[in-house]
Amino acid sequence: MIEVSHLYKYFDEREILHDVSLTFEAGKTNLIIGQSGSGKTVLMKCLIGLYTAEEGQILYNGRNFAQLCKTDRNLILQEMGVLFQGGALFDSMTVEENVMFPLTMLTGKSPSERKERADFCLSRVNLEKSNHLYPSQLSGGMKKRVAIARAIALNPKYLFCDEPNSGLDPKTSLIIDKLIYEITQEFGITTIVNTHDMNSVMEIGDTVSFIHNGILWWRGTNTEILNTENKEVHDFIYAAKYTQQLYNRILGNE
Amino acid sequence: MKGLQFIGEYLLLMRRVFSRPKKMAYFRKQLIWEINSLGLGSLLIVAVVSVFMGAVLTIQTSLQSESPWIPTWTIGFVVRQSVILEFSPTIISLFLAGKMGSSIASEIGTMKVTEQIDALETMGINSASHLILPKIAACAIVNPILVIISIFLCLFGGWFACVFMSSIPSEQYIEGLLSFFRAYDVYYALVKTFVFAIIIASVSGFCGYRTKGGALEVGRASTQAVVNSSFSLLFFNVILTKIFLG
Repeated sequence: MIEVSHLYKYFDEREILHDVSLTFEAGKTNLIIGQSGSGKTVLMKCLIGLYTAEEGQILYNGRNFAQLCKTDRNLILQEMGVLFQGGALFDSMTVEENVMFPLTMLTGKSPSERKERADFCLSRVNLEKSNHLYPSQLSGGMKKRVAIARAIALNPKYLFCDEPNSGLDPKTSLIIDKLIYEITQEFGITTIVNTHDMNSVMEIGDTVSFIHNGILWWRGTNTEILNTENKEVHDFIYAAKYTQQLYNRILGNE
Repeated sequence: MKGLQFIGEYLLLMRRVFSRPKKMAYFRKQLIWEINSLGLGSLLIVAVVSVFMGAVLTIQTSLQSESPWIPTWTIGFVVRQSVILEFSPTIISLFLAGKMGSSIASEIGTMKVTEQIDALETMGINSASHLILPKIAACAIVNPILVIISIFLCLFGGWFACVFMSSIPSEQYIEGLLSFFRAYDVYYALVKTFVFAIIIASVSGFCGYRTKGGALEVGRASTQAVVNSSFSLLFFNVILTKIFLG
């Protein structure tokens, strides 16, 4: 479980996050949604330790990240798996080497154990025959799947996904969403997904947090979000006329 | 003010770079890869530049020394001293600043803008040390070797000019090469090259590491790396010359 309380983040004088308090539960897919520039990526970067918040605290199963020494922080970082927007695969390494990289650097496993674990992770994301390909030889969806395999290589307690569906077609997006959801359930991970894809919200959003102008504006489930009367949330999810028409048709209003 | 900020940021990054690698075995593997990529990849250009530089230097020196008062063998002596003291360590290092510097900055800059460096940081790996230290170590090993090769090829280029372009008799040139040799000059050249190598790799790594944005900024970082490392190299050239020979 990750608890965020009274988080403030500034860039120079500009306030990016204002008093954000949230709880991300284990074994659930927690979605953060919001318009571009709303502060959700900054929140995610605070959660994964790339930014330091000016005020507030982030607790990982009760451990305050900011107050820990470097060694203990590294231990928490090793409990995290991160799926970056573009995959962030290392160009000079093959798929297999990418997945084995955290195992090589952070564990004392033997080469055969590392290979075995990498094979397992790659088979879990349905990429059994791509071990010796380089990232430049992969499609967008395959890159994301390799990045997921690398993120789960160390059996993480927390999985962070930044815009996992950006640049993917709807069908591949569904595959990635399904994969993230299954992995979360299977390994009991605390998963946090940063997205503005409404399909993801409806498919995998156990909890949904809406960030607006750096403030936690609304929080609920994926069924509650459809009926919310919160104007900003409503405007966000029904931004496309088509979605509104579809919703009205389902409710029989048209 | 901007210059001071640049130096401050550079020194802070170097404090992170010069730390013990997380896995020594992995560091050794990276080091060998960098030696192969940066060193062997530069061998051809160093060889070509050196042979031509040596030939031109010999022809020009012989043209400037056409006087009955100056013995012909002094041409070989002047060429050797010029090559060991300045041409090979400084000019070749400037060439390497262009080749290695742009390669290091664009590689690290691309990793920065594609979030590969963020990926390393979120694994708890010191990305600065992981990426830049092997390149500094590789340059510090490879560049002095390249400069030694360059010295020999420059002198060979000079001899080639003597034999095939009839600047001066070959025997006179060789006699000049062997006259008044001081091992200290070679030591000075190698120390200078070693310092230049560290400057090239660290300044270029720094320029790549602070890249923000996209492809355009990677290109800018690459140019900035060449310019900054070349200026730093010329500045330290004066200081080192004053210390060792002044």
